[in-house]
Amino acid sequence: MIFLVNPSKFNKVADYVFLPVLILSIILFSIGLIFAFYLSPDDYQQGSTVRIMYVHVPSAWLALLTYVIMSLYSIAGLAFRIPFGFIINTAVAPIGAVFTLICIISGSLWGKPMWGTWWVWDARLTSVAILFIIYVIIIFINLSFENRIVREKVVAIFILVGSVNLPIVKFSVDWWNTLHQPATISKLSKPSIDPSMMTPLIIMTFAFIMMGIAIAILRIKTEIISRKSYLS
Amino acid sequence: MSLRFQRLLLILLTLVIILSAVLLILYNTRENVSYFYTPSEIDKSDIIVNKIIRIGGFVENDSFNKISSGSFKFKITDEKASILVTFEGILPDLFREGQGAVIEGAFVDKNIFNATNVFAKHDENYMPASIKEDLQNTGNWNKKYK
Repeated sequence: MIFLVNPSKFNKVADYVFLPVLILSIILFSIGLIFAFYLSPDDYQQGSTVRIMYVHVPSAWLALLTYVIMSLYSIAGLAFRIPFGFIINTAVAPIGAVFTLICIISGSLWGKPMWGTWWVWDARLTSVAILFIIYVIIIFINLSFENRIVREKVVAIFILVGSVNLPIVKFSVDWWNTLHQPATISKLSKPSIDPSMMTPLIIMTFAFIMMGIAIAILRIKTEIISRKSYLS
Repeated sequence: MSLRFQRLLLILLTLVIILSAVLLILYNTRENVSYFYTPSEIDKSDIIVNKIIRIGGFVENDSFNKISSGSFKFKITDEKASILVTFEGILPDLFREGQGAVIEGAFVDKNIFNATNVFAKHDENYMPASIKEDLQNTGNWNKKYK
């Protein structure tokens, strides 16, 4: 697993993995979307609108997952002085921001027909909006410092401070009264979703993950090349 | 203790402190963070007339009345208390008796709540429509699911 912390090893593994991951993601997206649009049934309450879930939920999960990965690499970068951690932070932040934006937009399109409103300031929606703002700030900090070493540290510290928001996003629906419904799939209980709807959700989640990895590989490789002069 | 371990400890400690600070703030402001009150949380003697608040609960069964087209009367309940609501406007598709709803508006007097906005709230259960029919045909349909 050295390739997860070493740029040159990462480059080697990435070259092998990139094409299979990209192809897998395209295949999974095709199957997942066919399932989502044609093979999955209508919901008993929400009818066809429930299909928005197959985009909304995977992008929400990945928005959080991307941030968790960035937090872990920030700790690696700050505490263990692994420069690859800072490379990941710079490369991955826009990906997380886009996933958050997809989540917010699809959720908004889902909220209008079901709840009767595009947006409300309840705890879940607000905390996700804050997550998006944090991502945007990370991108801006990445663009703003002349000195690379100062910038990397500021970004990593900001990511760690912002990671306080993650449990708030996750548990907001349990801690407060919110318009957003509580989690459907949690580890502790049997999922309250029918298998015929669970299948497209899982396929779409893996499709999103593979697409995320493919874009991340491209961005990380670019970042490594752009730093080559002072890494070696 | 190595320098790396000290740095790791410092980072984790800082995170724990920041997290507990944020959670303390949120815990002490939970009444404002919550999006709505439930009917039983509203103290009848504390009602402030014409102050805009949100109330969430279920639409009580057999309480929905259409006064005229576009004007409705219903009760919001959480099985402990219920509140009489009047509303003029368009109801969301999901709105029906037994369904979760959040209403925004103000009390016009101690007993009647005039809603300006009605949001439907749905739960975390998803089920194909065909299974609902099967369950209803075999008589196993749980009324709780609406």
